Amino acid sequence: MVNSALERNGIWIFAELQQGKLANVSLELLGKAKEFTIKQDSKLTAVLLGNNVKGLAQELIFHGADRVILLDSPVLAEYKTRTYAQAIADLAKEEEPSILLFGATSLGKDLAPRVMAKLETGLTADCLELELDENGILVQTKPSYGGNIMCKIICPESRPQMATVRPKVFAVPPRDEKLSGEIICPNITLHDDKQVSFVSRVQAVLEGPNIEEAEIIVAGGRGIETEDNFKLMEELAGVLGGCIGVTRPLVDAGWAPHSLQIGQSGKTVKPKLIITCGISGSVQFSVGMQKADCIVAIDKDPDAPIFSIANYGIVGKIEDILPNLIKTFRT
Amino acid sequence: MEILVCIKQVPDPTVEVRIDPKTKNLVREGIVGVINPYDKNALEEAIRIKESQGGKVTVISMGPPQVKESLREALAMGADEAILLSDREFGGADTLATSYVLAQAIKKLGKVDIILFGKNAVDADTGQVGPIVAEKLGLPQITFASKISVDGNILLVDRHLEEATETIKVTLPAVITACKELNEPRYPNPLKIMKAARKEITVWGKTDIQVDAAKLGLKGSPTCVLEIFSPSKSTQVKILNGSPEEASQALFTVLREDKVI
Ligand SMILES: Cc1cc2nc3c(=O)[nH]c(=O)nc-3n(C[C@H](O)[C@H](O)[C@H](O)COP(=O)(O)OP(=O)(O)OC[C@H]3O[C@@H](n4cnc5c(N)ncnc54)[C@H](O)[C@@H]3O)c2cc1C
Ligand SMILES: Nc1ncnc2c1ncn2[C@@H]1O[C@H](COP(=O)(O)O)[C@@H](O)[C@H]1O
Repeated sequence: MVNSALERNGIWIFAELQQGKLANVSLELLGKAKEFTIKQDSKLTAVLLGNNVKGLAQELIFHGADRVILLDSPVLAEYKTRTYAQAIADLAKEEEPSILLFGATSLGKDLAPRVMAKLETGLTADCLELELDENGILVQTKPSYGGNIMCKIICPESRPQMATVRPKVFAVPPRDEKLSGEIICPNITLHDDKQVSFVSRVQAVLEGPNIEEAEIIVAGGRGIETEDNFKLMEELAGVLGGCIGVTRPLVDAGWAPHSLQIGQSGKTVKPKLIITCGISGSVQFSVGMQKADCIVAIDKDPDAPIFSIANYGIVGKIEDILPNLIKTFRT
Repeated sequence: MEILVCIKQVPDPTVEVRIDPKTKNLVREGIVGVINPYDKNALEEAIRIKESQGGKVTVISMGPPQVKESLREALAMGADEAILLSDREFGGADTLATSYVLAQAIKKLGKVDIILFGKNAVDADTGQVGPIVAEKLGLPQITFASKISVDGNILLVDRHLEEATETIKVTLPAVITACKELNEPRYPNPLKIMKAARKEITVWGKTDIQVDAAKLGLKGSPTCVLEIFSPSKSTQVKILNGSPEEASQALFTVLREDKVI
């Protein structure tokens, strides 16, 4: 493998903690990066910073890390941008990984550009896809212009090649206690940033479902027709871990509050998945949801305009389709 | 208070950009340039801090000459001074090269207390320039600010995160990035628009700030765009046939394959 960029110290992923637990996105990164390191016969390293987090290092190994670099110190108890960035950049300068990945979470987006600036390299934000070419060049796909355009970006010469990757685009690899790896605790100097201090944190509580931020929406229209069908719709949303939305006629009929209305005179939503049930697909409704990543339409009328913007369609009656969907998705 | 706001001119985000199928480039004709929406929140906050604490607000932007229009709009909103960083060699810059030029210009300006950015620009959607400039200036950063209270040289800043709201205390000088929850940007009043039209806008090229030519523009950009394309928006719906059970199972399978669920 001549010139493989992965010959430098393989791939590193930053293991993010969310309230003392490993963030799912970090495990997702391990899963994706492992495909690359296996293919190029290289090493996968997770970098874990925190206070009293040794136990989590082992978890990273069970999810595919060949090696965990662990910095465990009271100085790292609260996340501070400069303290973390300095430590990670120092480690990366020492070992020169070929690729360094972060989750595109609020923490990842705060930290990664700071590390990138210290290493004077390239960073691609918010990636939806990663591919590795035969020379070890990471081809990174990211959305631009609010998702209207996709870009493939590379960082041909500078190292490491850095990216933040959106949560949930890759699968969490299975946990396997038979996997083994090495945990190393390098002795580097940590710099506590005294110019900033953490004051408080209030976990977000949603007052009623916030459909604007929902990742999955099951939306119902006039085709819902009966109370029983409405209940099926709610049940499907529950099974998928999403919330419900409605068209204007259902609000007018008093079936749902205006806060759940999607469309021109309602909310604009951009979930990962929207399943419309008995919605014809008027423009006034569609403008509020056509940016959804995936649109599934269920309607008894095969000519309903909703099918012209949907990715997938099922032609049938709500009362026939929804009970089956609930059963299928529940398993 | 010396307050600096970095603003970027972006194509009007309410107009959908498209790719020309022939040239494979973005179609920009007819799309006007506007101030990046979050940069307006940053500017609004800067003006409010000046109004309560006294001081001066300077807006700064790197871009081609037509960015002057956006700088004028910023003056009309209430900024005191505007600087345009414009030079052929600044062109084609990625976030690292852009931040380099901004940081060098800010160094030339001397003392600043607060530097505000938008949380991200809505065109390239990266959100990196604020933190990179902060790094280059050796300053702390508070990203995603949704509320700022000033107490002497200390700021209490609320951060609007996906999963929580966090409050951070920072001693100035510092870099802050703004999200839309921070405030409601004002409209320029007619009198200020007239005044702004007559106001001088400082233009600095590469010889006006201390720069290393190798770190500018395309040359100074580690990343490059390989390809742009339209996301595969199905104009072609896939109808899942069969009995309700079969269709349900088929839907489950395709959603899994597409990594939607
Ligand atoms: C200024 C203005 C603003 C508006 N703003 C909004 C807005 O914000 N949001 C909004 O939603 N609307 C809005 N509207 C209304 C909009 O024009 C449509 O009237 C509305 O979206 C239609 O809702 P629908 O799809 O639920 O009903 P319909 O158009 O009646 O569609 C019902 C669908 O259900 C199907 N169906 C019926 N029975 C069944 C069954 N048993 N199983 C399966 N399918 C079945 C039918 O085939 C049909 O396709 C606005 C209108 C105006 C003029
Ligand atoms: N060319 C530029 N000139 C001035 N400020 C910029 C420029 N590019 C980006 N910024 C600032 O950096 C923020 C983040 O931009 P970005 O990293 O491109 O998403 C923007 O909201 C602006 O405040």
